[in-house]
Amino acid sequence: MKVLVPVKRAIDYNVKVRVKPDNSGVDLNNVKMAINPFCEIAVEEAIRLKEKGDATEVVVVSIGEKAVQEQIRTGLALGADRGIHIETEAGVSLDSLQVAKLLKKVVEAESPDLVILGKQSIDSDNNQTGQMLAALTGMPQGTFASELKIENGKAVVTREIDGGLQTVELDLPAVVTTDLRLNEPRYASLPNIMKAKRKPIDVQSAGDLGVDLSSKVKFIKVTPPPQRQGGIKVASVEELVDKLKNEAKVIS
Amino acid sequence: MTVLVYAEHDNEVLKPETNKLVTAAKAVGDDVTVLVAGQQCEAVAQAAAKLSGINKVILANDAVYGHQLPENIADLVVSLASGYTHIFAAATTTGKNFMPRVAALLDVAQISDIIAVESADTFVRPIYAGNAIATVQSSDSVKVVTVRASAFDAVSDDGNAEIETIDNAIKSEKSRFLNAELTESERPELTAADVIISGGRGMQNGENFALLNGIADKLGAAIGASRAAVDAGFVPNDMQVGQTGKIVAPDLYIAVGISGAIQHLAGMKDSKVIVAINKDEEAPIFQVADYGLVGDLFEVLPQLESSL
Repeated sequence: MKVLVPVKRAIDYNVKVRVKPDNSGVDLNNVKMAINPFCEIAVEEAIRLKEKGDATEVVVVSIGEKAVQEQIRTGLALGADRGIHIETEAGVSLDSLQVAKLLKKVVEAESPDLVILGKQSIDSDNNQTGQMLAALTGMPQGTFASELKIENGKAVVTREIDGGLQTVELDLPAVVTTDLRLNEPRYASLPNIMKAKRKPIDVQSAGDLGVDLSSKVKFIKVTPPPQRQGGIKVASVEELVDKLKNEAKVIS
Repeated sequence: MTVLVYAEHDNEVLKPETNKLVTAAKAVGDDVTVLVAGQQCEAVAQAAAKLSGINKVILANDAVYGHQLPENIADLVVSLASGYTHIFAAATTTGKNFMPRVAALLDVAQISDIIAVESADTFVRPIYAGNAIATVQSSDSVKVVTVRASAFDAVSDDGNAEIETIDNAIKSEKSRFLNAELTESERPELTAADVIISGGRGMQNGENFALLNGIADKLGAAIGASRAAVDAGFVPNDMQVGQTGKIVAPDLYIAVGISGAIQHLAGMKDSKVIVAINKDEEAPIFQVADYGLVGDLFEVLPQLESSL
């Protein structure tokens, strides 16, 4: 079974982002970038499937400028077998639909049995790409997975839903998106990082894949969120209750 | 403008998110249709028909929609899509699951998790865990949009729309529902509660979450948790508030033993009043709290319960 894992280069989750003064976007200059945390969980899950003997090959794919090869190398250092880089021109930003269309081309070329993605990237917070890829390829989907098992040639996916958990069975090939509780990603060891440098990355131009990369969604502006008024510290429970009753009037 | 609103429900009860979705839809146009898809959900359709100011309710009542499997629901919505300029669903796990599928099948982008409608084609949504607010304009023929319900007020229940029953069960053979484990609770749902009290890693273990029960009872509050508390196994994950959990905006949010990481703040910083109870006076939660109390939660919580 071949597993395809799309990964995204995103701002490191600990970074406090700054909106550019001209409101054109978020300032990413000299900001620490990393593999999106949900994508890291997707790579880890694929590697575990390989260690269990369910998967035979794990292919990591990323779309973007040359720098995304760092994140592909991270995936390779964690145990993926090879990488695919769909290269876009510098400064091009794609929305989820274009990413899903490019990934569809990769799916057509690679014919994976399973595609594992993160449920959302922590920059755009869209939570769309996996579902869109499933739609475009006609695959069933298991989103927000907290458990994934391969049984009798099917994917059994336990999903995190608002009221608790739901388990579905999917025919393969299928798309699964990861929730945070699916697993605890491992750290890449130094020897594995060195080994990853020798693993192949196939570079393809996004423009050559025959996908319309123009977006119908335009960012008009990006602004900082409204700042909350600085609050006060109260000295005691009595004072707190009094303030909530008489000043904030949120309890009676 | 014609808006198709996907009703949020559990086959028995129409969820309050739906009332809020209608408010968002009416900011776009007056012609609002509500789609109720489910199994044995006539009562939900009747409740939806009472939503103020809607045009009609479409009821797709079939076993294939009972568990809201996205393969079936997306195909249903796409089959109804022509004639609508907008399709709205709540940014719940249900809406997030099937709506991008709808968008892709219609070959349009999706606008996720909007918090405001500026015009029929321009919407406002948070990005970067709520640390930036983007205003986006879509030139797609159909606007496929998920709505952060907590950002909109609810419409009232004084309407009387007609219910049109449709008979088009669309079943994908590629996915099957196996089972669900739902968390039983007498308390209000997190995303609809006026008051929420949440515990974090500072609670130390799952048993100590019982300290929140008495306070929650007195305030009619829902109980939430930070990711740290969920990851540590104190409470189930559907209680998690944050970027990757539920986004809430109650009148009062009481954060107990929660440090206030970016990812948690993303889920609750639009609450009207925030109270933080934490023994670490440097905890970032105090920077967003209207009222902060530095103290040991094991002393503060019993005092708080008895003083309410």
